[in-house]
Amino acid sequence: MPKTKSKRQQQIEAVALYPVDWLEERSGLIGGLRYFLFRKVPAETNWFHTLGSATLTAFIVQAVTGVILAMYYKPSAELNPETGKPIAYESIETITNDLTLGWLVRGMHRWGASVFIILLFLHMGRVFLFGAYKYPRELNWLVGAVLLLMAMGEGLTGYLLPWDQTSYWATVVAININANAPIAGPFLGDFLRGGQEIGSETLTRFYSLHMLVIPGGLAGLIALHLYLVVRLGITPPPWTKAAGGYEAQPNGGRPARTGLVNPSPRGNGNGGRERRES
Amino acid sequence: MADELERPGENGESQDPAAHLPAPSIWPFGFALGVALVLVALIISSWVIVAIGAILALVFGFLWIRAATREVRATPPPEPAALTADVEEEEGEEDDGEPRLSRSLFLEGATLGIGAAIGGIVTLPSVGFMVLPAFLDQEYEQIDLGPLESYPRDQWVVAKFRGTQAQPDGVARRTAYIRYNGQQDGTPSFTILSNRCVHLGCPVQPQGLTDEEAQMIETEAGGVELFKMAPSGFGCPCHGGAYDIEGNRTAGPPVRALDRYKYSIHNGRLRLDEPYSVGKVKGTGSDAQIAAYDLVDPGQHVDGPEQFFYPYVP
Ligand code: HEM
Ligand code: FES
Repeated sequence: MPKTKSKRQQQIEAVALYPVDWLEERSGLIGGLRYFLFRKVPAETNWFHTLGSATLTAFIVQAVTGVILAMYYKPSAELNPETGKPIAYESIETITNDLTLGWLVRGMHRWGASVFIILLFLHMGRVFLFGAYKYPRELNWLVGAVLLLMAMGEGLTGYLLPWDQTSYWATVVAININANAPIAGPFLGDFLRGGQEIGSETLTRFYSLHMLVIPGGLAGLIALHLYLVVRLGITPPPWTKAAGGYEAQPNGGRPARTGLVNPSPRGNGNGGRERRES
Repeated sequence: MADELERPGENGESQDPAAHLPAPSIWPFGFALGVALVLVALIISSWVIVAIGAILALVFGFLWIRAATREVRATPPPEPAALTADVEEEEGEEDDGEPRLSRSLFLEGATLGIGAAIGGIVTLPSVGFMVLPAFLDQEYEQIDLGPLESYPRDQWVVAKFRGTQAQPDGVARRTAYIRYNGQQDGTPSFTILSNRCVHLGCPVQPQGLTDEEAQMIETEAGGVELFKMAPSGFGCPCHGGAYDIEGNRTAGPPVRALDRYKYSIHNGRLRLDEPYSVGKVKGTGSDAQIAAYDLVDPGQHVDGPEQFFYPYVP
């Protein structure tokens, strides 16, 4: 600590740090967080590396707005005897037109859904084009592929919930496409519909899948995904020296294109060849 | 995460990063080509090319697996003797040689076993409840469509009715297209088409004008609305599927003719029974020859070689 700090400053610092120290001593969480935030990454990263975090942010936005929407939405296909409209459809109308800021939260969730999927594909594209799916990161690519499937499952199940003509018939078509999958198709169709025909059970089970089953799985798999990212380190862009697995040499070393067939191994984020002083 | 503070790369354990990298291989390309050939040939229904593609895929797949596993196959399997030696070391020192269930092994097994039993007892019924109701007790209800006199001879009508008592009003509505073909061998003959498009399930519409005024028929199940119409065929709003007046596909993506309903006559009233699928219809009206099959989902072929692939179910 610099000597220039007054006694008062030191006191304030001690008070502020006390809870942090308390937590660290009993859980090690602060150290874990520091490890996560200050881990080594390749010297040359670029903006495309932020696409994964952008996807994560979109997921968090969906989770938060979705939880709030669930406080007002009613997943019932029964008709309201007074208006003759389905209750699910009416509750969406209420959220959009009557409740304060409901239009905003619903809009965030609806547009955010598309943003989430688009970011997923961009992130996947960057991983592909950087060759970041190669050894030893194949498993993380597979985890990512399951994440993509589940995210599309969110899209399918969420689309039905407004229970209007578009969502109803789009879901009829989507379920029938699923029912044509080899081997599992017909069973999948019946399972998704909750029977032979789409009906009120379809709505309630899509609701359950949309807000409990798939998001739970997504959250768990995202945790695994990030654990693997931290454990294996991030791949430097393929045009960098580090991606080739070589240090900068006076003669320029081998061409960076080697990175495409010989990607960086896990480890110190520096091509794995150099061992840093710790 | 705290125990991860040591960077894995700094432990000196991954000195040779290429150790587990399979060597670059050309075989996957041949394999992919074979698979692609098979798929294309299936679409153009050329069995010769299917066979060529399948052989390509098999050969290259074999070569690929061989190349990819070369390293593994080269390593000799661990000596069984080494394994037993390991186990014996863990066993108690008292009675050498005699294999005995050690306490830790027993506890490990008991924990896993009891855990699995509890997990199974809780999970199986829950999963069963999630899945089974969608498959069991699924029957089509029989629906009273009113007295025969409501259906004049050779007159098409749109019939709208409640298709099931198990669903709320909005979802239970069904539509069928009905024509009375007159008597055949002493029994009344009807053509009753389902409005479910056999491409992917959208509601098929009649081509031509439909009466605005409905004729209401009282039934136990909440009434039937009949609208007279004179269609030249049927069309689907979703992807442009088109059908002729007997339900045969004439254009667009549908894969068979429109589904039909079985029917029966009880006390002079028309009763709708379960639906069935149709391959092709030859002739019209009461003379129609209908290639009938059990009901299948939209998009599924019932005849031709495609029936084995859409969907493939062993
Ligand atoms: C819920 C969806 C997803 C989230 C929240 C997510 C998040 C992340 C984050 C934060 C990273 C760190 C590096 C970066 O930002 O580029 C990452 C890396 C990675 N992601 Fe994803 N991701 C998702 C889906 C996917 C998908 C669909 C794939 C591919 C099928 C995928 C494959 C990978 C791989 C292989 C890496 C390691 C890249 C490297 O080492 O540079 N992820 N992901
Ligand atoms: S659902 Fe009728 S043409 Fe596609």
